[in-house]
Amino acid sequence: MSVWAAVLAAGLGCYLLKLAGLSVPTSVLDRPVVARVADLIPVALLAALIAVQVVATSHGTLTLDARAAALAFAVLLLWRRAPFLVVVFGAAGFAALLRLLG
Amino acid sequence: MPEARAAGDPSPLDSVEARRGVVRDSLAVGLATGAYGVSFGAVGVASGLNVAQTCALSLLMFTGASQFAMVGVIASGGAPIAGAFTALLLGTRNTLYGLRLAPLLGWRGPRRWAAAHLVIDESTAMTVTRPDRALARTGFLTTGISIFALWNLATLVGALGGEALGDPRDYGLDAAVGAAFLALLWPRLDQPLARVVAVLAAAVALGVVPFTTAGVPVLVAGGVALLAGVLVTPRSSTEQARRDPG
Repeated sequence: MSVWAAVLAAGLGCYLLKLAGLSVPTSVLDRPVVARVADLIPVALLAALIAVQVVATSHGTLTLDARAAALAFAVLLLWRRAPFLVVVFGAAGFAALLRLLG
Repeated sequence: MPEARAAGDPSPLDSVEARRGVVRDSLAVGLATGAYGVSFGAVGVASGLNVAQTCALSLLMFTGASQFAMVGVIASGGAPIAGAFTALLLGTRNTLYGLRLAPLLGWRGPRRWAAAHLVIDESTAMTVTRPDRALARTGFLTTGISIFALWNLATLVGALGGEALGDPRDYGLDAAVGAAFLALLWPRLDQPLARVVAVLAAAVALGVVPFTTAGVPVLVAGGVALLAGVLVTPRSSTEQARRDPG
């Protein structure tokens, strides 16, 4: 699958997911199991994405480098209630600084 | 829009004042959120997409976490289809938002089709707290449209800037993706179960990294949410679960 095909298919799919929510009867969400799984899916996916993004290499190995240090810095910023942009570019700047020094 | 006014509607002056307040708050959220499209644009081209593909994601997908997830999977060497699946899984939460918004907004037909594209975290947050349908629609449209316009403009700026920068690693942009995901996850970690699921999902993902191609670990970790949601029954909803098996 080319990048373009994936972009178009995922874009259309994400739109249909939004439309489905506006169109489906509310009773579906009344099932507690459905509601709990739906709440937890973004948590699991985001946590996994962070782990893979920060610790894995493109060769399928795990490593701790400037990305992990930058994530720790992001935790500090979030804990101090910094806004989204500050967290994202703060972490980038921290990683860049470490690479410049190292 | 010709709409029947709800009974007990406040005086026209009060309602103009209330509307102004909703517009002001919604625009503030729209400006703050739309601006971080710059980071998506920069991360998109850093991940190997071209400027047009990065902008197409913001235009067509228009849901930040899914967009970051898709380019994140591609950046780590994953197949585009694995990125697309991850984006769709993350996009399922917009379905839940839609379920909550439908009765508040009360739109049908073409208006519903158009509104659906604007169903995201922020537009939902600025809609669900409103006391009546008129203010809910004002909050939804002001937030949704201002974010859509700015997010796409900012994506273009970030993507063009990112391409001119050279090696994105020199600027730490690869680390920016993890930080963006963490900032999106952070507000959800206020519940103990969410924290446990987050740690387990991260561990499962890293555990399967050596044995799978990129993109797959994240999908496998999604199984943690499925298991936790099915197996862990909060005490408060035990009664309800018993009455409603499956």
